[in-house]
Order: sequence, then structure tokens, then C-alpha cells
Amino acid sequence: MKRRGLLGWELSVIVLVFVALFGGALLSPDFLTASNLSFLTANFSEVALMSLTMTLIILVAEIDLSVASILGLCSAVLGALFAAGWPMPLAILAAFGVGGLAGLFNGLLVTRLGLPSLAVTIGTLALYRGLAYVVLGDKAIADFPAFYTNLGFGSIPGTQIPIPMALFAVLAVITAIVLHGTAFGRSLYAIGANEIAARFAGLQVTRVKLSLFVLSGLMSALAGTVYTFRFASARADNASGFELSVIAAVLLGGVSIFGGKGSVVGTVAAVFLIGIINGALTIVDVSNEILTIVTGLLLIFSVLLPNLLARVRSARERRARGRAVS
Amino acid sequence: MTETPTSTPPLLTLSHASKAFGPVQALSDVSIELFPGEAHALLGENGAGKSTFVKILAGVHRRDSGALQVGGQDANFHSPGEATAAGIAIIYQEPTLFPDLSVAENVLMGRQPLAGLGRIDRATMRQQVAKILSELGVNLDPARRVRGLSIADQQLVEIAKALSLNANILIMDEPTAALTLSETERLFKVVRSLRARGAAVLFITHRLEEVFAECQRVTIMRDGMWVSSGPIAEYDTDKVVRQMVGRDLGELYPHGEAQLGEVALSVRGLTQPGVFRNISFEVRRGEIVGLAGLVGAGRSEVARAIFGIDPREAGEVKVNGHVLTPLSPQTTMAAGLGLVPEDRRQQGLVMDMSIERNANLAILNRLRKGWLMDRAAEADNARQWTEKLRLKAHSLSDPASSLSGGNQQKVVLAKWLATNPSVLIVDEPTRGIDVGAKAEVHRTLSELAASGLAVLMISSDLPEVLGMAGRILVMREGELVGEVSRAQASEEAVMYLATGQHKRQEGAA
Amino acid sequence: MTGRAAPTLAPSQNWFARLLRVREVSLVALLLIVTLGTAAINPLFLSFGSLKDLFLNVAIIALVVVGETIILLMKHVDLSVSSVVGLSAFLSGSLFVAFPGLPLPLAFVFGLLLGAVLGSVNGLLVAYGKVPALVATLGTLYVFRGVTYAVVHGGQINASNLPPAFLGFATGSVLGIPNLVLLVLVVMLGFGIYLGNYRGGREYYALGSNAEAAVLAGINVKRRTMIGFALSGAIAGLAGVLYLARFGTVDATAGTGLELQVIAAAVVGGVSINGGVGTLFGAGVGALLLGVMGSALVTLRAPGFYQQAIQGALLLAAISFDMLASRSAARRAAKGRQS
Repeated sequence: MKRRGLLGWELSVIVLVFVALFGGALLSPDFLTASNLSFLTANFSEVALMSLTMTLIILVAEIDLSVASILGLCSAVLGALFAAGWPMPLAILAAFGVGGLAGLFNGLLVTRLGLPSLAVTIGTLALYRGLAYVVLGDKAIADFPAFYTNLGFGSIPGTQIPIPMALFAVLAVITAIVLHGTAFGRSLYAIGANEIAARFAGLQVTRVKLSLFVLSGLMSALAGTVYTFRFASARADNASGFELSVIAAVLLGGVSIFGGKGSVVGTVAAVFLIGIINGALTIVDVSNEILTIVTGLLLIFSVLLPNLLARVRSARERRARGRAVS
Repeated sequence: MTETPTSTPPLLTLSHASKAFGPVQALSDVSIELFPGEAHALLGENGAGKSTFVKILAGVHRRDSGALQVGGQDANFHSPGEATAAGIAIIYQEPTLFPDLSVAENVLMGRQPLAGLGRIDRATMRQQVAKILSELGVNLDPARRVRGLSIADQQLVEIAKALSLNANILIMDEPTAALTLSETERLFKVVRSLRARGAAVLFITHRLEEVFAECQRVTIMRDGMWVSSGPIAEYDTDKVVRQMVGRDLGELYPHGEAQLGEVALSVRGLTQPGVFRNISFEVRRGEIVGLAGLVGAGRSEVARAIFGIDPREAGEVKVNGHVLTPLSPQTTMAAGLGLVPEDRRQQGLVMDMSIERNANLAILNRLRKGWLMDRAAEADNARQWTEKLRLKAHSLSDPASSLSGGNQQKVVLAKWLATNPSVLIVDEPTRGIDVGAKAEVHRTLSELAASGLAVLMISSDLPEVLGMAGRILVMREGELVGEVSRAQASEEAVMYLATGQHKRQEGAA
Repeated sequence: MTGRAAPTLAPSQNWFARLLRVREVSLVALLLIVTLGTAAINPLFLSFGSLKDLFLNVAIIALVVVGETIILLMKHVDLSVSSVVGLSAFLSGSLFVAFPGLPLPLAFVFGLLLGAVLGSVNGLLVAYGKVPALVATLGTLYVFRGVTYAVVHGGQINASNLPPAFLGFATGSVLGIPNLVLLVLVVMLGFGIYLGNYRGGREYYALGSNAEAAVLAGINVKRRTMIGFALSGAIAGLAGVLYLARFGTVDATAGTGLELQVIAAAVVGGVSINGGVGTLFGAGVGALLLGVMGSALVTLRAPGFYQQAIQGALLLAAISFDMLASRSAARRAAKGRQS
């Protein structure tokens, strides 16, 4: 019963994606052209990438608010090392190393010290962003080799599919398989729904959570690399505030903020929904502030709505029972 | 029992109350009358609906039907505050206090004495609470924080709260479960003085001797239903037990004589400071060993430490002759040890997950084909074990929360039996499940033992331990204080060890 | 068994009391070290003007900390305060632009009311919509900020648009103490007394310490939560008006990132993120410490962006310290019980 309700939620997000596409097409005849869609999807590829690992983290009832700051830190490290003359592959590797370490630090504070991830990642949100400034200051590093920037805003040869989006598609499929098809995925649901029971069933909760935070850090590093190349610019303030869009997408996709419920399909659908709404609003030249408001409202309603529905349902049941008794 | 039969009107009357939670009918058609100056015992097995009953009187739950009168007035509580205002005070099994606030503030929260400008008068507040505490004969500093107090002390703070409310209806949900004898005696002194003031006391307990010594009236419940009520003089132990259980005890405990094999579980010198000390014992294949003791004696903590989920500072655990290092759930499970934990809803099951997923949770890695889960093997495993345990479920894809307590416990058992264990520790295996399911759990456990499994059974239900176990280990205050063989086993013998006292003084009356 | 409480008597209490003292002693000590250390390198740090600046900078953060402390005591969090400050600063500025003759007190009342309304939105979502405070206030953080952007529309309020009397309030002082600092001190003192000595104030502690017990004690949890968020909003709204008075120039980004400094100040000052523990005095000292560190960096000519990293690190250090301290207290308690 519950599961059908959830699928219903995901289905309605998918329907909304099509409604948004249709709406966009009404607003502008250019909206549904391949080149516009290509541009539009490339535009939210970082959020899309990070939403995959965020799905796993929220599924185990934790949260990582520091993802966008790690992105910024990795972008800064990448730029600084490149500017210092490092070969690009090494600089990228170093950025991934920094991302992994940043995630590990989050994970250790959460799992070893038992601190709430919310508080930890509010702290590291500031810490990592601050470190990004320490690394790069107010400078911007540009002049990356064309080969790499082409990876950022190029398309798969012969198609209009942006390379970052192709990357996202591959990683989304992998995440879906891991989450829905492996023992690791099964254990995430159990940990999220009842961590104590999961520990009593012998699941290695600490190790799983630690690995998720590391994965999240690595994913932010990947997103940071993509962002840097896509804009051909490494700056300390890259992607600041993106954590909200990421969390909004995941929650809108039907992943419960309390853990244990959700799917990759839902997250992917929600990522597209937010991306397309943003794209459609941009096309009619609605200013950025409206986008901020819309994202904030989506976040709130994605949690509020299921709560309200549950309340209505239980009230109706109570009334039905009341009638049966009397 | 010198009290005269009451002809005064009851202080509280609840008639024909019913309450359902979703599909579960927790209470149906239950009635009770509480008279001034009387202690009234509410008896029933775990899961009989007593806690739901208490929460309705407390205003926490709202009854679906039935009528409540307090002091002759119709009453409909929408919140605990309204129940309190009507003079009802509840002392819960697990104290509900504010750990970060002082004892004095816990007692007088919301009713702190005021000085000028509406400010709280802290000095007066402490004095008032100190006075109540000294009336109780308790040596507690009203200014200290509650965090860190023992359960017994916390309960006394709860009682102080009730006294400060001048409640004339006092409801105590197993208040003595965690108390020492002297603390219990002190509590009863307080109860008697409350009665002398004309208060009505509703008393929930599992210790029948307390009922016969301290109470004037009993009500017995079973499976959420009212069974009988009357003056204590009309009851004896046999009648009470028969009505609580609803059948003869014999049927409940199908003890097959098992062949004892070699030692399967061996625990040596297990110690965790402040929790338990120097615990050593063995369990053989085919044997059911009971582990008895009062609540808080450290039994569950020992079980969890053996399983490796709680820390232990010293001591070793051997399963089938192999020392387990490090002691973690992964190593103990690999060695063939399973733990059916005390709290089914919190520790045993992931309530929102399907029955199938729950049943497979402990053997996820055995149900793979390569990297991926083998869905057919998952379905097979869950079906095999739930059928073996005669689980009654609509579909294995329903969430575990849709099952009754007894069937939920079968899912927990299925999860552990699927690991093919050689040692199974079961902690309160029948708490809160109905009598029929209880008998099935007992039958399952003795069949398993007969087939060579070593079982360590922790239970607060003494008749259960006596009926099931070949020998009984008894813990008191973190230590193993003795062992009682099946031949010598009696409730008195076990309680004697568990409390560290000689036979209680027989009832004061 | 919850395994959380282990019985102990007097020793652990003394120990705990000592720990509390250590916390405050160490905060004050840290404050002194940073202050004196900086002054040793640059004596101007302790000049009257520099100190006045410091207190003015801390004042607005310290004010918002008051509301945030109330929220944290209830075991919630309010991330939206920075957006409330921004919106209130800009709208009260616009009010002056529209009605140049507006009496000053009305501006403060406007800020308070606006903040209370915005805070009530959070309160409704958390208390009645059962949306976790984190999600609700993260959402409203962006919604309120978006509204600010939409209203501002690229414009900004300049000091020249504001009545001189209003700006004079911020620069004025009584006995050498700036009005702004005085006002904040009065608010802190008032709420400090309220939280410590009034029934309503104690309910915030009760709620965060054990919500279930709070229900049983007859506390109207929903209403209390609602009022708490409304208060936090109102205080942030007032802070917005003061922000305008102090800086005169306000654009749509006013107050951005303030929420982090505010939470860091409260937590560093000993307010527990797990609810029920902490005082406004501690939170105020925490705000002062962060402010001193910030201006020390400026005095020492360190790049300003170190400040954000240091705030994050301090926040992490504070919560880690609290966790380790409570763990060792629990361990000692368990040992004490055995012996």
C-alpha cells in the first residue's frame, strides 16, 4: 500500500516533467529544440550529479550540506594546481583526492564522534568554502586547455547530448543498480528506516555511512571538475548555494527526509523537473530571484505535501471508523 | 484486608472503552471503577492492553468509544494537561522527565512558585520540592540535574511530581519493576498514606505478592479485553493466573527432553564497568538456559555484549570452541550466533520494510548472484522460513508493521533461523504477544533446541522461564549470582536470588 | 533499557558543574588570549574606536543569536534568520523612502512585525506541517531571499534616502556606549531573564530536553514551537532595521550568510544542538569571541576570507568538544555506579 503510494509520487513527478516540457513549448517555440534542451540539461548537470549521492545519504537518514562547498574547494584546488604548472590529469586527480578527504572528514565526524550530520555539514559548508578562498583567494583561473573545456561544454560526437549529461546518465544507471539491485543497496534502506535494527541484523552501519560520505565528496569533486571546465573558470565561489537545489531535487523526488524511502528514478525525474522549470522560466526572462523562490517552495512542499496527505488520510480513516462503531 | 467494602461512589469510572490503532484493536469494551482509599491492581500479561488503558486515562490517547466519569462528572480528555487538571497523576514505567532540568523544576514544571512580576521563585521552588522529597524519605538534592539519576530515583521524582499535584487518582505502571526491596517498601508506605488521605491508586504490576499484600481490588485483562473485576478477597494466585493466561499453564510450555551436546556458547569473565561484571557461563547444544533477574539487572546488556553490539571491557566469548575476536556482530554471526533482541519494534524489525526484506536482512550476502541480489533466492528464503514458522500474513511484500505482535516476532525469528545459527539468544521473546502466538514461539524454541540448537533465553516472565529452561541463571545488579536447576526451580527460588533477599515479609494485612 | 542514564550521586554533579565552569572559563580565556595577543602585535586593537567598532559589529549578530538560541533550545534550527534580516532591512528602508517623515519607533515596530510574520511561516511549517525545521527554514531561507531580490529589483537603499535621525540612532551613544549596543544588551538581558526565570521561558528548555515529557507535563508543544519561531523571526526583523541604521546602504544581499555565524556563535557559546542546554550569556560570549577573532584577523591584515573557514572550524570544534565531554561524563557515571 505504502509502496504504491510512493510509486504514485514518482509517477506524478514524471508527469510533471512532461507538463513542464509542454509548458515550456507553449512559452517559446524554440524550447523543445534539440539545441535548447541540450543547453538546458547541461545547465544543471552538477546538481544532477550530486543529487545521486545525496539520494543515498538522505536514504540513510543523514544529510550533506557541504556538497557545493566541496565542489568549490575542488574547483579551486584544480585551478590553483593547474596555474602552478601541474599537468591537468594530476590536478584533476588531486581535486578528487581533496573531495574524497573532505567527505571522509564529514563521515568521520558523523560516524566516529556520533555528531548529527546536519550540524557537521553546516560547519564544513563554511570550512570548505573558506578553504577554497584560502586556496584561490578572489582570483579566477581560466585558460584551461581546449581539450578539457570541450569535455565540459561539448556534446557526444554526432549527437546533441552534452558530455556531462552522458556522464550523469551512466552514473545514474550505476547508482540505480547499486541501490535497487545489490546487498549494499538493500542495507541502505534498512539503515535509513531503522538504524538500530540494521545494526542488530549485523549490518556495518558505520562503514556504510562513512563510505557514503566519501562517495559524496568524490561526486562533488567530479561535479567541481565538470563545473570548472564547463565555465572554463576555477573560482572559490563556484556553485555556492547549489546544496539547496540538490536537496530540493532529492526530496522532491520522493526520498524521505527521515530516511528509508525513495528511489533513483524519483530523484532523476525531480532533477529534470527542476531543471526544466528553471529553463522555461529563464526563457520567458523571469529573473533569477523567482527561480530561487520556486526552488525553495518546491523544497518545502515536497516534504509538507506528503505530511498533509497522510493527515487527511488518517482523519478520513478515523471518521470511517467512528461511523462503523456508532 | 481490613478495609470495609466501599459504599462510597467511585472516584473514577471508565465503562466500555475501546481503542484501535489502525487495524489493531488494542482495547475493546474495558471497564473499571476506582474507589477512594483503595489500591486497585490492574493485571494482565504483557500485551494485554494495560499500557493503552493507562494512556487513555492519562489523556494521551483518545478512546474510540465508551464513557469516562471522574468525581461523578463526565470527562473527555483531549490532552494530558486535562487529565492532570482532573486530579489524575500517572507514573509511567519509564520515567518521562527532563534530563537537562533540575529535580525541582521537573516536579513543578508549569507550576513553579512565583515571586514578583511573575518571576519563578527558585528558593521557594527548591523548598517545596525538598519538603515533598523528605515526606517520601528520599535524599535527593532538588537543585541537581535529573540526567545521571538512577531509574529508581527518577521514579521517585515522578512520584514527587504526582504528590505535588495533590492528585487524588494515582496510576502507577509497573513502578516497582526497577526498584530494590527497600525502595519498594518505601513506595508502598507512600501508597498507604495516599490511600489514608482518600486517594484512589491504580497499580499495574507483575508481582502478584504485591497485589495480595497492598491492593483491595483487582481487574484482570487479557488480549485487550476485560476479564473480571472484584475485591481481592475473591481471588487467589491460581485464579488470577488462570484468568490472565486464559488457559492452563501446562499447554504453554511443551518441554521436550533434549539430548545435551557439546558446549556451543562459552562466556568467560565478561565485564563492562558499571553494567555487568565477571559473567561466565556455558550453554550446550540442545539446551535451553534461562537468564532471569529484575529489570535493570543487566541481562539484556550481557546479551548485547555477547553479540558484539555493545562494548565490553574484558572477557571472551567462544562459539563452538572458537574465541571470537574482535567481538562484533559480524564475527559472532559468522560463528553461528544470533540475537533476537528485547525490543522488537526498535531493534528487531525495520517496521516500514516488507516482511521479505526483514526476513532476509541478516543474510543479504548469501542471497546474491555475483554482484546482484538474486530475487528468486530472496523470495525462496523468506517463504521457506515464514512457512516453517507458520507466519500469518496477507503477503510477504506487506510491511512488517502490518502484522500482529506475535507474527512480527516470527519474522524476527525467521531472520535469525535463516542464518542457520548454532546458538540463539532470545531476549524477552514473548513480550507483548498474545497467548496463542506465545505458545507457538515456545513450541518453536523447544523444537529448535531438540534439533541441537543452543538457546539462551532472557525473560521477565518467570513462569515462562520456569516452563522452558533446563536450568536458570540469575543476575542481580550486574552479576551472575546463582544457578537454579530445573528440579529446584520455583518462582521463590529465582526471586530470592534476583532480589538478594530472603522471603518477603508476608503482606502487612 | 535505554542505557543512557546511569545512576550517580553527588560526584558526577560536581564534575558536571566543573565542566560547565571549564566551558565558560575556557571561552573567556580564549577571548583574552586572542584580544591580548592581537593587541600585543597591534596596540591599536584595544583603542576606544576599535573596540567600539568591534561591539557594533557583534551587536547585530548577538541580537539574532537571541532568537536562534530560543530555537536551538527547542532542538530545532532556524536557517532563515539571515534572509529575514535582509528583507526587513530593505523593506524598512523602502518605508523610509516612501514616507520620509515616518517616526523612528514605527520603523522598529514594522521590523518586529514583519519578522514575526515571516517567523510564523516557519513556525506553521514546523509545528503544524511537521516539516523538519532544517528543511522548512532552508526553504524559507531561499524564498525570503528571493522575495528580497524581487522587491529590490537591482536597486539599493542609500544612506542619503534615510532620515538623519534614523542614522543618528546608530551612531549615537549614551555614556560612550553606542545606542545599538545598549539596545541589544537590553534585549539580551530581557530574554535572558525570561528564559531563566519565567514559566514560559523554562518551557523552551523542557521542550528541547524531552518533547514527550513536555506533552505529558501539559505544555502546549505546538503553540510553544510556533511562538518560538515567531520570536526568532521578530528578533531577526528588528536586527534588520538595526542593520539598516548601522550601514545605511542596503542591497538585496544584506545579511547573506549570517545564519551560519549566528548558529556558530550560539553553539560555541555552549548552546547544545541537541536541545535543552545553554544560556543566552554563553551564546553572547560566543558571539563576542567570533567577533573578536574576526576583527583580530582584520587587524593582523589576514585576508578576510580566512574568517569563514575559522568560523566553520570553531563550530565543528565546539560540537565535537560537547560530544566528547558528555561521553566521558557518561563513562565516569557508569564507573561511579559500579564502585
